[in-house]
Amino acid sequence: MATEAQAIAGDWGGGVHPYRVGHRKLGMWLFIMSDSLTFSALLIGYAYVRASNVWPTPFKFSPSIVFSSIMTLVLLSSSLTMVMAVSASSRGERSTARKWILATALLGLTFIVLHLIEWRHLIDEGLRPFQLPTEWSEKWPGSTPLFGATFFGITGMHMFHVFTGCLYLTIVAGRVNKLKHEDVEISGLYWHFVDLVWMFVFPMIYLLSIDATK
Amino acid sequence: MTEHAMDIHEHFAGTNRLFISVWIWLLLLTGFEVFLGYIHLPVIYMLVILMGASIVKAALIVAYFMHLRFERLNLILTIVPALVVCICLLLMFFPDSLRSRNLRYQGTTQPPAESH
Repeated sequence: MATEAQAIAGDWGGGVHPYRVGHRKLGMWLFIMSDSLTFSALLIGYAYVRASNVWPTPFKFSPSIVFSSIMTLVLLSSSLTMVMAVSASSRGERSTARKWILATALLGLTFIVLHLIEWRHLIDEGLRPFQLPTEWSEKWPGSTPLFGATFFGITGMHMFHVFTGCLYLTIVAGRVNKLKHEDVEISGLYWHFVDLVWMFVFPMIYLLSIDATK
Repeated sequence: MTEHAMDIHEHFAGTNRLFISVWIWLLLLTGFEVFLGYIHLPVIYMLVILMGASIVKAALIVAYFMHLRFERLNLILTIVPALVVCICLLLMFFPDSLRSRNLRYQGTTQPPAESH
């Protein structure tokens, strides 16, 4: 106990820099907190509607789940390239950092393109925010038409974050020589958060809606 | 960690090797989740296991990629407990959700039999 108390007291450091981060980084953490609550509310709203209704489970393992797994791989890899960018930036290698940041933005764009292909596919099947395709209604009688609303709402909100992140990263890459290392790190925080959200969206929206019928 | 890395603006701990191993763990956990989907586990097991794996993945991302493990304890204690409590409080709606499930049309052509 004593050592724990000493560790906490030692970590306090006189209260000059209570968090030992700059105000911009603290601001990004606060934004991430509020955005986490936004996504939590969306996902829990989805779970609420799903638990109180007959819910269609339309995603075939192949191609839907395979396709969304590839999207997950792309997003996870973009997190790795971002961490490499921050690492290069911390060593002062700005041009290397720029390349890694641009690679991250490119992977983000790839994710958006893949996601839009999937949206297009579902829209062609007849899925709308408040309407199911006819085959789905026949296969899962009495199922709620809110599937589309939750699917497009949650994945659309996430895609909007990825898109914003791509713009943000492109601007950071362009100004990397003028920016401080901490600014690159802050853009990394945002990007990893977008990846983190997908770690919940992917299992909740896709893996729990796999079509088990042959 | 070297001495000069303690400067507040240039502080960045962790090696590339560490980050790559975290990335591989994230891939393995994702692969495990997809595998569970492939073998069609009952949805309640899926829900519990997938949420568990997702929380582990989120923790890995926050701790290593977002660097929170290397930040001052003050920052961790400001961010994490408040979020966990708020998100857990949102779960209070579920009893109502499960209750209203029994009140809804269940897909049968006959009206549900009266039960008391």
